[in-house]
Amino acid sequence: MPFEMPVEKWSGAVSTVTIGATAAEGGTRTSVVTVGGDTSLPFLQFEGETPHRPVIAMEVLDVPPEEWPAPMAEAVGDVSNDPAAWARKCVDEFGADMICLRLVGAHPDQADRSAEECAQTVKSVLEAVGVPLIIWGCGQADKDNEVLPRCSEVAAGENCLLGTATQDNYKTITAACMADNHKLITEAPLDINIQKQVNILVSEMGFDLSRIVMYQSTGGLGYGMEYAYSIMERTRLSALASDRMLSMPMLALVGSECWKAKEARTSEEVTPEWGPVDKRGVVWEAATATSFLHGGTHIFVMWHPQAAALLRKTIDSLISKEA
Amino acid sequence: MYAIGERINGMFKSVAAAIQTQNPEPIQQLAKDQLAAGANALDVNVGPAAAEPKAAMEWLVKTLREVTDADLAIDTTRPDVMARGLELAGPGSIINSSKGQQEQLDIFLPMAVQHEASVVVLTIDENGIPRDANGRGEIALRAVATAMEKGLPPDRLMIDGVILPVNVTQPTPGHVLETIRNVKLLSDPPPQTVLGLSNVSQGTTQRALINRTYLVMALAAGLDAAILDVLDSPMMDAMIASELLLNNAVYCDDFLKAYR
Repeated sequence: MPFEMPVEKWSGAVSTVTIGATAAEGGTRTSVVTVGGDTSLPFLQFEGETPHRPVIAMEVLDVPPEEWPAPMAEAVGDVSNDPAAWARKCVDEFGADMICLRLVGAHPDQADRSAEECAQTVKSVLEAVGVPLIIWGCGQADKDNEVLPRCSEVAAGENCLLGTATQDNYKTITAACMADNHKLITEAPLDINIQKQVNILVSEMGFDLSRIVMYQSTGGLGYGMEYAYSIMERTRLSALASDRMLSMPMLALVGSECWKAKEARTSEEVTPEWGPVDKRGVVWEAATATSFLHGGTHIFVMWHPQAAALLRKTIDSLISKEA
Repeated sequence: MYAIGERINGMFKSVAAAIQTQNPEPIQQLAKDQLAAGANALDVNVGPAAAEPKAAMEWLVKTLREVTDADLAIDTTRPDVMARGLELAGPGSIINSSKGQQEQLDIFLPMAVQHEASVVVLTIDENGIPRDANGRGEIALRAVATAMEKGLPPDRLMIDGVILPVNVTQPTPGHVLETIRNVKLLSDPPPQTVLGLSNVSQGTTQRALINRTYLVMALAAGLDAAILDVLDSPMMDAMIASELLLNNAVYCDDFLKAYR
């Protein structure tokens, strides 16, 4: 009997979001990224379309990282105290599709950098690279509400992706994205119900659903990866079933989550049975990213260039029409 | 649930008057109100009083197409009126309806193929309305067999178990629920199931309560679609809550807003 591929019919699709604006679109980016538009579960090319490949954003911090694991310090080298140079290295040497600038230094418990200082960093990174930019606040609500509108303003016209709007703090950032025409990240703490609620709250403000990317929080391998995966899967299934409040593309912070794990960073003097530390973190990060790729993530925020390279290779093989 | 708004029907006096005077405004307003209330499709029925049903249907469909691309359920027993309505409404429309006797299926199912439409099949035939779920199932099976023969995918059949007023025959609501469950076993993909809901409460007191309660019961039995009064917002809220409890929609605090 000939084999017949079982094909599901879906009524919905993931929405399509473009980040970045070239000169023709009123910005200064030399490239833009478009994600989403999927009409099946990830990469089932016999069933539906994956019109846009998932993209790799590399993370850049506004202040020099503290207590960095040795392999990261080695990979990034002496540019880690200069966000613009660091971003340039990510694009020129590591092939990043986007830069994710995380303004961790704005946090009151960290460097407590001012809105103006953060905005200057945003400007310097925009000037240093031509790829689209993700601008991510420090996570402290009051401080983000001060910093992000100013950063949004200096990046007006560049069609950046700003984050994050949460259930308890979404109005200021949403208003900033509306005013300066950016895309918005809505965040939920590994909770699909809250994810949907944040999307509704934001849309009630008049923000177009097709300008949202979802961040449902990331658990690295060994630290909730399966849980995050199951949420992504259920979110994708909801999108395909036409739930327009859960139809947006998804983003994962893979690098920062994975490199928190002791398995990724503990030196081999302490745990010789775990093997060489220069490979462990890279593999930890790549394995987590690969799992989320199958879960339906569209934008990967990565740390280590080798992990990013491994992920890119996997994307190539899955997106290939010959596969 | 796929909601088909029932209000554009010449049985309502305001609609009959609008048809008679060719006044588009009340019809278009009813369409907008029903779509805003959550209708996925609009039933279109010229009513028993229309002097020239075909011309009335033409006018109604054209009037609606000026304001909406939503699916239309062309509601008539006359094949010529049906064909003209489908032609003007475009692909994705619904034939409402064919009875279950072979002669009717042989007319309306090929018409569904020709116009890329779905077709409501009432489980009623030359012998009338069956006494129980088995009789309804037999008619549904005849529809599925005819659909396959005529090249209509079975999931474009919408089997209507024919509900009767609860004050006329009390066992019928149970029979129709059983029919909804059984129909899903007839083919792969299975036919859709649909209900002309308001009939269950015809002539009773507490009509809204009876409609709402029976809709929830039917959804729990697996109902896919209903022709109903979408402007009855407590009923639509109950439907949305049912979709949540059946795990057909993801919960969030504003789940009513999210569904709409």
